[in-house]
Amino acid sequence: MLRGIGASSGVAIGIARVIKKTSEVEKVLIKDTQKEIERLEKAIELAKKEIEDLKVSSKENIGEKGAEIFEAHLMILEDVEFIGAIKEKINTEFINAEYAVKLTSDEFAQIFINMDNDYFKERAADIKDIGNRIINILLGKNNNSISSIKESCIIVAHDITPSETAQMNKDLVLGMAANLGGKTSHVAILARTLEIPAVLGLGNITEVVKDGDLLILDGDNGLVLINPSQETISVYKEKQEKILLEKRELLKYKDVEIKNKLGRKVEIAANIGNPFEVDIALKYGAEGIGLFRTEFLYMDKTSMPTENEQFEAYKYVLEKMKDRLVIIRTLDIGGDKNLPYLNLEKEMNPFLGLRAIRLCLNKRDIFKTQLRALLRAGLYGNLGIMFPMISSLEELKEAKNILKEVERELEAEGVEYSKDYKVGIMIETPSSAIISDILAKEVDFFSIGTNDLIQYTLAVDRMNQNVSYLYNPNHPAILRLIKTVIDNAHKEGIWVGMCGEMAADVNMLNTLLEFGIDELSVSPPMILKLKKSSGQAS
Amino acid sequence: MVEAKIKINSQTGLHARPASLLVKEANKFKSNICLVKHDKEYNAKSIMSVMSMGATFGDEIIIRASGEDENEALNSLKSIIEALKD
Repeated sequence: MLRGIGASSGVAIGIARVIKKTSEVEKVLIKDTQKEIERLEKAIELAKKEIEDLKVSSKENIGEKGAEIFEAHLMILEDVEFIGAIKEKINTEFINAEYAVKLTSDEFAQIFINMDNDYFKERAADIKDIGNRIINILLGKNNNSISSIKESCIIVAHDITPSETAQMNKDLVLGMAANLGGKTSHVAILARTLEIPAVLGLGNITEVVKDGDLLILDGDNGLVLINPSQETISVYKEKQEKILLEKRELLKYKDVEIKNKLGRKVEIAANIGNPFEVDIALKYGAEGIGLFRTEFLYMDKTSMPTENEQFEAYKYVLEKMKDRLVIIRTLDIGGDKNLPYLNLEKEMNPFLGLRAIRLCLNKRDIFKTQLRALLRAGLYGNLGIMFPMISSLEELKEAKNILKEVERELEAEGVEYSKDYKVGIMIETPSSAIISDILAKEVDFFSIGTNDLIQYTLAVDRMNQNVSYLYNPNHPAILRLIKTVIDNAHKEGIWVGMCGEMAADVNMLNTLLEFGIDELSVSPPMILKLKKSSGQAS
Repeated sequence: MVEAKIKINSQTGLHARPASLLVKEANKFKSNICLVKHDKEYNAKSIMSVMSMGATFGDEIIIRASGEDENEALNSLKSIIEALKD
């Protein structure tokens, strides 16, 4: 049994298909350079055709965004410098085309790896991808083993690239297991979108598993079982059956409308942490995006994301959701979630320190770049901007002032931006809940972040096992605060949502409806469970 | 041979999309065209070359063209880079 990271839930049982990507390339000295160049040119033409096909299938499977990468691949295949360098090597060193391609793509990839900008660094992988494609064609090997699958199987690979997930036949791939990757990697998100179980970060599964082995993939627990006993198989078959039935059952509830005690329809929205997840959200019938976390743009990087990079991400989600509200939370980082390139001081009490809106007000250039991107993207949909961790009126006013300042700057530069957007705050500090009557006059909506609200109100670190028993969402103090916030908001004519874990707690649903909550935002797979548990009919 | 100095005004620099615009345009001309950064020449007709230059916001680069349509080439590339904005 192998243990990895459960990146996409569900159970898969099937035959392993091990994908070996890097072809061994040997250096061979040749005499007829002209013939070798003709071979190369033929291979390049074939590669172009493959990529054109990929572009089409990926547009169908994942959308425009997924297809963009292949546009770049095509340009590399037509690049005078790249192709020129390969030909020159053949001509001057009398080596075979395969080896010349390998040398050249390694060389070019190295140039990009050495650059200090993340965007350019990542292009190295594209170049190697292209190089491998040409080499495999030259070797007469089927390049895209994943796309050439004819029977259903579990894919086992070192790493699964976006171009591979794009081209695989979704109906034949039962599951995916890879040496590399984690919960937030591109393939994990796609696997969840396609609802294919995936276990990643397995380290050496490609060495342990052979083609034809029977595998069980447990995406919930991050396990891979190799050639299991009949008994184990039947246990998992049952589990699989159960999951399938549940899924089918749940879909019946897609159109259920939940009403609160005031008789108003409660919006059931989705929390997402990456643009691609919007597709999952839509699939489960999300009526809006109640929380779009923007940290993914900033994490695992060596420098700040540019305005345009952010703009593209926001625009993607806004366009997909059309006229439905997309609430994008400004950067919520600091304290325990650090960014190496920010050089933040180590703090004694990170949860009471420079984090979220406090950090943004402290580092205005970062904040303003994000707000610029948000306002520009606002033109493409129904935008809500949400500030996290507000604890005083002054803080909120200052954040709003900066937002106005950014508007004026965009206006002065003649850049188009949205003037029709909503502004809201997270209610996650006890102080903000207590003065919610005052704060409500300043914003269009509230969203209660229960995780932090409970932690701050009850003075409990729930990660600390010695005190976590005190972490109680049903504590009267918490319920009173929530009720106060909802009442205060309604008095000022604004609506209140909830995006913390409590929103997804089916046991709390009735209480929240009783309080008059207007929106619940949960992880996409929870949407249907929530609708089902409401007991309300469509 | 003609040349012109120009500053990159796009926040994102010359990455894939602007670079591909530039390269497509450069390929319309017969002249040899290169971009120069820190005295190093990069082929303006090659996406790999232009991107490997790694030009970012605020960089000053030189466009150099030589050939029968060098003036048109220079002007057209200049206006493309000038128009780059996020």
